[in-house]
Parts: sequence; C-alpha cells; structure tokens
Amino acid sequence: MVEYNDLIFEISRPGRVGYSLPESDVESIDLESKLPKHLIRDEEDAADLPEVSELQLVRHYTALSNKNHGIDNGFYPLGSCTMKYNPKINEDIARLPGFSRIHPYQQPETAQGALELLYNLQEELAVITGMDAISLQPSAGAQGEWTGLMMVKAYHEKNGENRKKVLVPDSAHGTNPASASVAGFETTTIPSNKDGLVDLEELKKYLDSDTAALMLTNPNTLGLFETEIEEIAAVVHEAGGLLYYDGANANAILGKTTPGAMGFDIVHLNLHKTFTTPHGGGGPGAGPVGVKENLIPYLPVPRIEKDGEKYVLNSNYPLSIGRVKGYHGNFGILVRAYTYIRTMGTEGLRQVSEGAVLHANYLRKRLEEHFDSPYTQLCKHEFVLSGSRQKKLGVRTLDMAKRLLDFGYHPPTIYFPLNVEEGLMIEPTETESKETMDAFADAMIQIAKEVEENPDIVLDAPHTTVVGRLDEVQAARKPVVRYTKEKDSEKEKQTVKS
Amino acid sequence: MTNTYRYLPDTEQDQKEMLEYLNVSSVEDLFADIPSNIRLEGELDIPEADPEPVLRKKLNKMSAKNINADQYSTFLGAGTYDHYIPSVVDHMISRSEFYTAYTPYQPEISQGELQAMFEFQTMVCELTGMDVANSSMYDGFTSLAEAASLAVASKKRSKVLVSRGVHPESRAILNTVAKGQGYAVEEVGLDTDITDLKQLQSQLGKDTAAVIIQYPNFFGSIEDLAEIKKYANEQGALFIVSANPLALALLQSPGKLGADMVVGDMQPLGIPMAFGGPHCGYFAVDKKFMRKIPGRIVGQTNDDQGNRGFVLTLQAREQHIRRDKATSNICSNQALNALASAVCMTALGKHGIRQMAQQNFEKANYMANLLQSKGFIVKNKSAFFNEFVVELPLPVKEVNEKLLESGIIGGYDLGEAYGEQKQMLIAVTEQRSKEEIDQFVECLEAVVNG
Repeated sequence: MVEYNDLIFEISRPGRVGYSLPESDVESIDLESKLPKHLIRDEEDAADLPEVSELQLVRHYTALSNKNHGIDNGFYPLGSCTMKYNPKINEDIARLPGFSRIHPYQQPETAQGALELLYNLQEELAVITGMDAISLQPSAGAQGEWTGLMMVKAYHEKNGENRKKVLVPDSAHGTNPASASVAGFETTTIPSNKDGLVDLEELKKYLDSDTAALMLTNPNTLGLFETEIEEIAAVVHEAGGLLYYDGANANAILGKTTPGAMGFDIVHLNLHKTFTTPHGGGGPGAGPVGVKENLIPYLPVPRIEKDGEKYVLNSNYPLSIGRVKGYHGNFGILVRAYTYIRTMGTEGLRQVSEGAVLHANYLRKRLEEHFDSPYTQLCKHEFVLSGSRQKKLGVRTLDMAKRLLDFGYHPPTIYFPLNVEEGLMIEPTETESKETMDAFADAMIQIAKEVEENPDIVLDAPHTTVVGRLDEVQAARKPVVRYTKEKDSEKEKQTVKS
Repeated sequence: MTNTYRYLPDTEQDQKEMLEYLNVSSVEDLFADIPSNIRLEGELDIPEADPEPVLRKKLNKMSAKNINADQYSTFLGAGTYDHYIPSVVDHMISRSEFYTAYTPYQPEISQGELQAMFEFQTMVCELTGMDVANSSMYDGFTSLAEAASLAVASKKRSKVLVSRGVHPESRAILNTVAKGQGYAVEEVGLDTDITDLKQLQSQLGKDTAAVIIQYPNFFGSIEDLAEIKKYANEQGALFIVSANPLALALLQSPGKLGADMVVGDMQPLGIPMAFGGPHCGYFAVDKKFMRKIPGRIVGQTNDDQGNRGFVLTLQAREQHIRRDKATSNICSNQALNALASAVCMTALGKHGIRQMAQQNFEKANYMANLLQSKGFIVKNKSAFFNEFVVELPLPVKEVNEKLLESGIIGGYDLGEAYGEQKQMLIAVTEQRSKEEIDQFVECLEAVVNG
C-alpha cells in the first residue's frame, strides 16, 4: 500500500475545484457599493482553503479514514464509554429528508412528526430511568450534568437556601467536579472504602446544611454496584441535599432497576453510550436530563408537550432555569436513540444489560489470574484491573495499552478511575461475541507473559501502527495547532539542504 | 433456538458456557448485588420492539408528517440555513472508521481523525483570521457563552455586554450560563438594525469584561467591527465576535478587525438543518488565550522515528485533568460535524466559498429590492448579507400560513423575540432560484392584498 501522509493543504493546486454551483441568476452586485472598504475581504485576503478535485478529496479522506480505528474495525473495550455497535438503520432514519431537511423554526404544525418522536422519546426515557419528566436539550453528558446542577441550584434557591457544596466520590469522572464548578458550586471529594464503594459513615461526616447534592454513578466507575444506595439516598435527603445520577453507566441496569427506584432526584443519560448513537470521533452526543416531580418546574424551556392530539412547545414555566442549548437539542442524535429503543423494546433492553454484565464478569474472570484485580465482588457492565504487578517488572499500563494496538484492539481506558494504581478499565459491551472476548483475553494474557519474558516488545510497542509513539510533551510545549504555508517553504529549504 | 435481537450475539450455548465458567446458574445471579427493594418489578412499560422493516415504515411515516426543504421552498434562516451540501460530505462522514470511533485518545490508531481536526482548525483560523481554533463545541450559541465566561475569568471583571443584535437563543443560553458562574449580562439596544454605538459607549466601563457582537447580526446587517473595537479598547474590554463562517468568505475577518475571540456555528458549511441539531460550534482565539480555551485541540508533533503525527494537546486545560479547576466542563464535542464541515470547505475551496457567499449576498439583495419596488418596507438601514427584515401589513404568523399553501416556508417571525408581530426576517441562500424568489414576492403580494 502506498503510504499517504499529505495534508489537504499540501495537495492543493490553484484552480482545482471540488464543487458545482449554478451560475447566479440574479444581477451581480459589487460589495463595495454597499459596504465600507475596511469591512470587505479582498481576493488577496481570501481564506486559504484547499483547492482539490472531487476525487482527490475522496482519496484524501478515505486515506485518513484508513488511519482510524472505529467500532466497525474491531473490538473497542474502552471502559466508561460503552463502545457498542452503532446500528446502521439509525443512520438511515436520521438522514430521511423529513428529519434532516427540516428547520427548527418551522411552525410546530408543520413538524408534528419530529415533535411526536421527541415526545415519545421523553416518555420512554422517563420509564427507563424511573423519572417523572425529561428534557432532551442537553447536547452531551457534561452539559446534562451542568443542566441538572443548575436545577439543583434553582431548587435550593426557591427554598430560600444558598447551598454551595456538591459532593463527588474520588472515583468520579472529571466532568462531575468541572460541571459543579461551572454551575457555581464548590466540590468536595469523598473517599471510597476498600470495596471501591461510597463509605456511608464517611459520607455522613461530609453532609451538612451546605450540601446541595451528591453526584453518583451507579454502578460506579469501577463497575461496582453501590449496594447501600438506599441508605445513601436517605442520608443525603435527610441533610436536605439532592441526589444526582450520572447515567454514564446506565448500560448495566436497563430493565433491572432505575435511578428513580434507587432514590435519585435528577438523572442524565449519555445517548451515545447506552443508546448506540455513534461517538463520531468525539461527538456529537446527547445528554437528556430527567427529574422527579418536585424538580419539574425547573426543567429547561421550551418543553415538548402533548395537547390533545397535537404536539406543542411550551415555554411558560417561570421557575425554569431557562434555555441550555439551541433549538431542540441534538435532534439527529435523538432520532438515532429513538430508533434503537424501538428496535430493542422492553425485552431487548433487558437483554442488553444482561449481556453487558455477563460479558464483563466473564472477561474479568478470564484475566484475573494474570493481572491484579483490586475488587473481587460481582461487577456490572465493566471492571477495573490494575497493572501494578507489571509495573514492578518495569512495564507500565500505558505500554501494555500500546502493545494491544499491535493486536488490532483499541485499548481499555487507562489510568482511570484515579483511585486505582495503573488502572485498566475494561467494558466489553453486550454486542461483542464470546469469540471476540476470548481472543482479546488471549492477547492480554500473551502481553502479561511478554512483560515477564520479553518486556522490550511491550516497552517499544506499538510496532504495527502508521506512526509510533508520539511526542506529546513537544506538542504541548511548542504547540503547532494549525498548518501554515511558511512551514512549507521551510520544509522545502530542509529538503534542498539534505 | 435462534436469537431474537440482531445486535446481541450470545447464543444459548454461549451463555451456558460463560455461566458455567463463572460458576453461576443464571444471569440473574449476576444482579444479586442490586438490593431487592429497588429491583424493577415486572417489565419496563415501553412499547415492544419493531422488526427492521416495520420500524422503517413507521419512522418513514412519522418523518413524512414534517414538511421539508426538499418539498418546499424555504426562506427561513435565523441561525440555521438551507445551503448546498456537496454529496461527498455525507459519503466521507459515513466512513465508519470516522463515525464509530471515540475521541482520539490513542493517537497511533486515530491519525485520520486527528489530522482531519488539525485541518479543520486551520480552516477555521483561515476564515476567522485568528491564531488558534479548537476542534469544535456543541453549537454556536454555547460557544458564545463559553467565550463570555472565558473573558470574565481572564479579565477578572464582572460584566459582559451583549448586543440585542445577537441571536435571541444565544442570549438566552448566555443568561443561563452567567447565572451559574455569577457574572452579569447586560444587553445593548439597537439603532434600528445594528448595535446602538452610543448606548454601547455609555454602558462600557472598567467592569466590562467583553463586548459581544454578531457578524452579520441576527437581522442580517453587517456591524462595523472596527468601530466597536475602538470603544471596547477604550475600557480595556475584550471583543467577542459571533460570526457566520460563510459570510466570512466575503467580509473582512474579525481577526483583522480586532476580535479577541471569534465563535459561531459551522452549520452553513456542510451540516444539515436537522431541526436544529446536531450542528457544530467553533471557537477561535488570539494566541494569548491558547492555553485557556475550552474543548479539544489537536497539535502536530513527531513520533519516535521523527515522522509527523498528531495528538490531542494542551490537555492541562481540560476537565479530565483539572477537574473542578478546569476552564470548562466540556468533554464530548461535535467532531463528526466538524469533519463534515471540513469536507465541505475542502470541496468548496478557496473560490467556491466566495462564489457561494456572493450568491447569498446578491440573491438577498435582489429579493429586498424587488420587495421594495412592490411597496414593501425593508427595515435594514445597513448593508446585509443573506438576511433582511421586511415590514408586513399583517401578522407574520398569518402570512406564513398562507404562504405554506403555495409551497413556501416563509421567514422568521420577529414577534416572540422582539415583539414585532409584523416583521419577518427573510433568508435567501444560494439554494433559492430567481424563480422561487419571484414566486415568493408574488405570493406575498397576493396575501397582503387579500
């Protein structure tokens, strides 16, 4: 295969085009007749976008795609990210002109199908989470968290309280404390106990009249179920705080229990995790938020409601925290998630979580002997191993992750959660076959052996990727975050010299 | 027995083998750690699953209840536009190596995504005239709010000024965000269709962290950024510009006119309207803010053999490292739409984007002139890009209902956001032919003349 390493700007040649527009059919107008000169962009000042033919464009992006690993390429056990199969019908439905070619400001009467879909999705997510109402506005988990916390703030303010403190466990995802801070709260980290769970007695010490909320993921980021969740909910509520559910790990509980039943007041879901919408190389996702009855007045507006047989938008909620995202949220993503839920139904969703949990427990047991496994109770949809045994032999988790690349696997999440030394967080998901998991386990076991017998092969990994390990320190110290033509001429100079 | 669900591979035999290996008798045993009190009794009360062909039919039918821009001629804009999207865009973003990948945390197997984002950042810098751009935000509106928060944090001042010429939803989100962070948002009124500069000057003070202007503004009018920059400078306030990236093909870049941060939405370049999302925010800044901006940034570096490669960089800014000290809580972004936009900008290229922008400008002006010649009043006193406001003798809502009968989706009703029930914001993109424009004007005449 020919190696391709060009930037799109480097293959650009003046005069080539990759588009086709009709000639203008109205009279031409000179911008200068309308605008002062200093606001006009001259030809010489034009944005230097690439000039390539359509086939060159296609070859370029196809070559780039060949340097990328997605779920369709192979196993992707990235813990906490739920990298399950992204169904193709979801993509087709989202692209129907009746969903993709509609404008957010069309009169609701002309977008009844879109509103119906959103309304149905709200209803079904409410059932799945055990909540009383849902807002589909937030565009991602982090935005869902912030939306939820803004509601927490509004709720306490309505009760005449100015509670400032949000508690998060030490295993929490980084967005939890960041979202709390952006919503104007101070974060307090509470330590986990030796079983990796919230320490109820410790928690009690942190609860007081300044506690606005406790944010929890359940199962938590170690993949362990917080068995004392009822007691936790009770003590938080007793202290006047609210309980926030980070839905990152909802893939473990579908049809088994709900955050509502556990005692949570506010929930966000990551539709790009549990509900199969593609991660897209980093987004777009969607992070709907659900609340119990007492928090409904604070939900973002407009809300999507049903009035008789008609679907309508209602902004008449004076206590609402306001708008958090433009228009109706990430509609195209919501369409995909709805398509998935309709594909699975009640029984299917239950089987999803059963499969996810069975797979995680199976894979953990296959690996337990070869890696340290800090927690031994049942796990849910994911588990965390520690590379500390290998570290003693001079090989770090990062090295083992890089070695996995040679086997064609995306590595697990590493060094997270922060409370596990040399952590490897593995989430196989329900959509992977037993054969895939077995092959992955074999590769992991082989790597563990290599660490003992031939560590260099792991330390020097990866050996088969298009680039070797990249110098991240240089990237951060002397940031080059855009292409510049000057670079080009320098490169030519260098070429001349050599 | 065969499986029921096509996404679930476990056969009865697989399940049996795994359970035996785990030494448990049923899957149910693996859920024994969930206390019985909180276990769901019975099933989730949602409708049963639909087989693929049935679901396809149902959802096709549901989508057909919406009127769409393929069937109707649309003049609705107000932040979301019907533009030409080259066929290659959807084909390229449908490469599943791109769309089924996660954030490129493992650069060795994510060079494609990383390079594409590096190129996207470069294109955004080119259009905005700024030094640094990130690899996308949720949308233009949230991007603007993040810029305001960054300005407040870096200036250590307590207030931002935002023109009423900025999109109403953008201002609404800014207000929600500011409430969380505890800074004040003051609106600057309008002088007909552009920001009232006298008012701006009187509101500006030493407590102003930033002045926020939209370019072209919500009414399509082109604000004089150079003038506004002068006022902002006098009080040491930062200058944030929210810009339509297509318009930047023809308008002087905000960077050249003194903007400190430029934000906006890439939707006009390669992203379907999709009922308002997902679109794609962009965020570009002067290099002095490089280590403070929110979101993911891709940087160029070398591998251990000296080959060029790309990585996520400057991560010390981000939530997964900084936690509660992070400058923003953003984690996921809109990478796939940034890719769509990069492909679209590549297809259009240096000349295509100017040609497309020029057609928008000319067609909007053609329509405004035609309306004026028929006796309608166009409210814009300043030059406008691809949108303008027309005064009607009837409420916009009524007019739009009539236009719909002729297959036309009329403009945006300024009633709710600005209290002007009889003013319509009309967008004319390159997608509208002269014939469609003429028909719109004819229908409008017919409607208002009863």
